[in-house]
Amino acid sequence: MYSVKQPPKRLVHRGSLQADQRLQRLAGLAISLIFTIPIVFVFFWMISMSFKTQVEISSPTPSLIPLQPTTAWYGDLLARTPFARYFLNSLIVGVASTGLGLLIGLPAAYAIARWKLKQAATIVLITRIVPAIAYLIPWFILAKQLGISDSLFLITLLHLTVTLPLIVWIMIGFFEGLPAELEQAAEVDGCNVWQTFFLIAIPLVQPGMVAAGILAAISSWNNFLFAAVLGGPNSQTLPVVIYNLLSFEQANWGPLAAGATLVCLPIVAATLFFQRYLVEGLTSGAVKG
Amino acid sequence: MPALLVIVLVVSFPLLYTLWQSLTDWVLTNPRPAQLIGPVNYIEAATDQRALEALLRTVILTGVAVGVQMVLGVLMALTMNQYFSGRSLMRTLSLLPIVATPVAIALVFVIMMNPSSGIFNAGLRAMGLPGLNWIYGQDTVLPSLVIVDTWQWTPFVMLIALAGLSTMPREPYESARIDGANAWQIFWNITLPLLYPTLFVALLFRLIDTLKLFDTIYAMTQGGPGTASETVNLYLYSLGFTYFRMGYASSLVIALFSLILAIALVLIKYRRQNVLG
Repeated sequence: MYSVKQPPKRLVHRGSLQADQRLQRLAGLAISLIFTIPIVFVFFWMISMSFKTQVEISSPTPSLIPLQPTTAWYGDLLARTPFARYFLNSLIVGVASTGLGLLIGLPAAYAIARWKLKQAATIVLITRIVPAIAYLIPWFILAKQLGISDSLFLITLLHLTVTLPLIVWIMIGFFEGLPAELEQAAEVDGCNVWQTFFLIAIPLVQPGMVAAGILAAISSWNNFLFAAVLGGPNSQTLPVVIYNLLSFEQANWGPLAAGATLVCLPIVAATLFFQRYLVEGLTSGAVKG
Repeated sequence: MPALLVIVLVVSFPLLYTLWQSLTDWVLTNPRPAQLIGPVNYIEAATDQRALEALLRTVILTGVAVGVQMVLGVLMALTMNQYFSGRSLMRTLSLLPIVATPVAIALVFVIMMNPSSGIFNAGLRAMGLPGLNWIYGQDTVLPSLVIVDTWQWTPFVMLIALAGLSTMPREPYESARIDGANAWQIFWNITLPLLYPTLFVALLFRLIDTLKLFDTIYAMTQGGPGTASETVNLYLYSLGFTYFRMGYASSLVIALFSLILAIALVLIKYRRQNVLG
């Protein structure tokens, strides 16, 4: 009786639907590869070049993978430039400018979100519009007068002009997402503004803080212009060092590729580790408008 | 709030300082103190052939690059929004260009675009085509920069669009299917309009960042060959830090800032009028 109720025709149809779905999934993968292969290839090429010998690097018919892999360029880079020191510089500036950015940015974002300070939010957007070069000349003079030229402190302050607006921009979205009732309840219980901020709001926006912190640290790590112009022998950061490899060694791609790989490595690692936070931070404010 | 004050100071001080400088004849290497000369620098900028060409280049580069990125980014988001095996890996890989160090990526493209040993020309020759000069050619340098910028920032548009797609309501799709709309009609009449508010944010950020693009161009070409890839930002940088003409460079900073601000404000206003919410 059952088999009559369920005609074989329907079964066939179902089977073909599954095959259809499978086909669709394969098609999705194939189309997505059109986008991801060029993305991955650039990273692949960077790594591949960093392990190639000079002969292979300058060959007009390059091979995809190094035929005689060598780590000589990495040794070369570490031996001839104070790479480890600049790596540490970048790390210190990144952590410091992110930490300071959070310290100042969190209360600011909270105030903007809580009291709906539309103008303040616009000012934060304007910081993104100001060409970074506008900061260079005033800071150049200020640094001389304060006697902080060529110091990591100066570079940290400059990077703050990038990390602070970014942190505020992302955190406004997260603070706005908090239900107002929670804060009202806290105030009824006798909390003042700072207590509400520290005891109620901050614990609830921790994922946002991670997202904002990671993105701020990455943008500081990637920043080139500030240290390139105002950094000296004591305060150079990695992107500047990598760039200098090009100017001094035209067509010597080995150290260049090795340097680029080492700069990108920590960021790629952080991206894989904090992917979820990163996506949240990057898209924060986009969907809500 | 003191924190807000810090932010206002951080933004307004350099801007006001630059504005004041733009009205002086200050040259860094000149021991004579700067004198207030009024809008002379702005008048010079308006008649400076090199500045006007840089402006045109900036606008064209931004228009083409951002246009390509928006279209590709939406297509990429639609792809990544489908269910398929390996999707989460593909999404993760797509994130990498957004966070990669621009200078490092620029230098990798310098290696790849090298006319004699680069992989790009090796690929062209393998297909029986002649090699190109890429960033070393007058006519090919701007398209080359568009390629690099597009590689790096299409994933950003994709990410924002994907976030928009994930919050799409279901009802319009269901009724459209009942009405017998095909996939193209659904995309054009439902998905895209619903996506506009989200895409607007991506467009705004991409326009702002591309108009003041610096690292990539500086690392790859320094504005060359000749001035073939010199944008406003590159020109004012060399005015300020090669020729030390701080006063004139400052007037171009203010001009570039005003241009970006004007575009941003027009966009925001247009959006408020046309898209509710």
